[in-house]
Amino acid sequence: MHMIATAYHPKVYLYRRVVQAKLFIDSNYSEKIDLDGIAGEAYFSKFHFIRLFKSIYGKTPHHYLKHLRIAQAKVLLAQNLSITETCFAVGFESLSSFSTLFTTIVGQSPSAYSKRHQQTKQRISKNPHAYVPGCYAYQHGWFENSNFEEVGD
Amino acid sequence: MITKMTVTNIHVIDQDSAYDFYVNKLGFRVVDDIPMGPGTWWLTVSPPDQHDLQLVLFPVTVSKMFPQKVVDTLTDLIKQGVFGCGVLTCHDVFATYEELKAKGVEFIKAPAKEFYGTEALFKDDSGNYFSLQPISNFDDENGI
Repeated sequence: MHMIATAYHPKVYLYRRVVQAKLFIDSNYSEKIDLDGIAGEAYFSKFHFIRLFKSIYGKTPHHYLKHLRIAQAKVLLAQNLSITETCFAVGFESLSSFSTLFTTIVGQSPSAYSKRHQQTKQRISKNPHAYVPGCYAYQHGWFENSNFEEVGD
Repeated sequence: MITKMTVTNIHVIDQDSAYDFYVNKLGFRVVDDIPMGPGTWWLTVSPPDQHDLQLVLFPVTVSKMFPQKVVDTLTDLIKQGVFGCGVLTCHDVFATYEELKAKGVEFIKAPAKEFYGTEALFKDDSGNYFSLQPISNFDDENGI
């Protein structure tokens, strides 16, 4: 099983171009991205590029970029960045379009999402035992050698 | 009646390095990241499109259940690549292989067509290995 297979996909050069385009989006989602330009750089017609991208990643490049930006926004909001900071940090140019898309994809507004995460973080810091399975906590000596029980009272 | 697997363990040698591998290279989502004292976290991650399974990145460090001898043995076995931790699925194995390779993931088997479908094998930063397969290998027509 541990061997290097010799199989080589006949269209590997196409895959590499699409993968490079995807990695470019991953690295530059916070900037203004010209998806037509990406198709050009990958030496594809726009239509061919979108079709191949979707067959590989299950989403069109535009759809992928939108979801990536919202996924990153969730991470930043959970870290307690403000909604405005988050909006611009993930590449949106308008707060209203960010809030609308976030709410559509996540199912709650950015402020509700942020509030819920900050509340959860507070609960965890006050009583971490409630969030770590007992067997794992026991194994790492929490029950005998920590002051978490006192904090949780 | 058991209905689902919700949490499972992947034993890792270094949690910081495992965080970087699973989050920044594989693109997994952090679910819990709770500090438990010097160098130890309750750290769980989920594959990007899966919300009902958490993988505990479980550190192989000396603890009540892991005396030094166990840590040494387990670390050695993980580094040898003894442990297969499961199958990860994607839309397209060839493209995912190219992407992960570009991010520095070490493959022990390039994508190849097997009797059960296309498969590649890669290692995590500790030495655990995973099978990478297209989701189509697991559709109803294949009886799984």
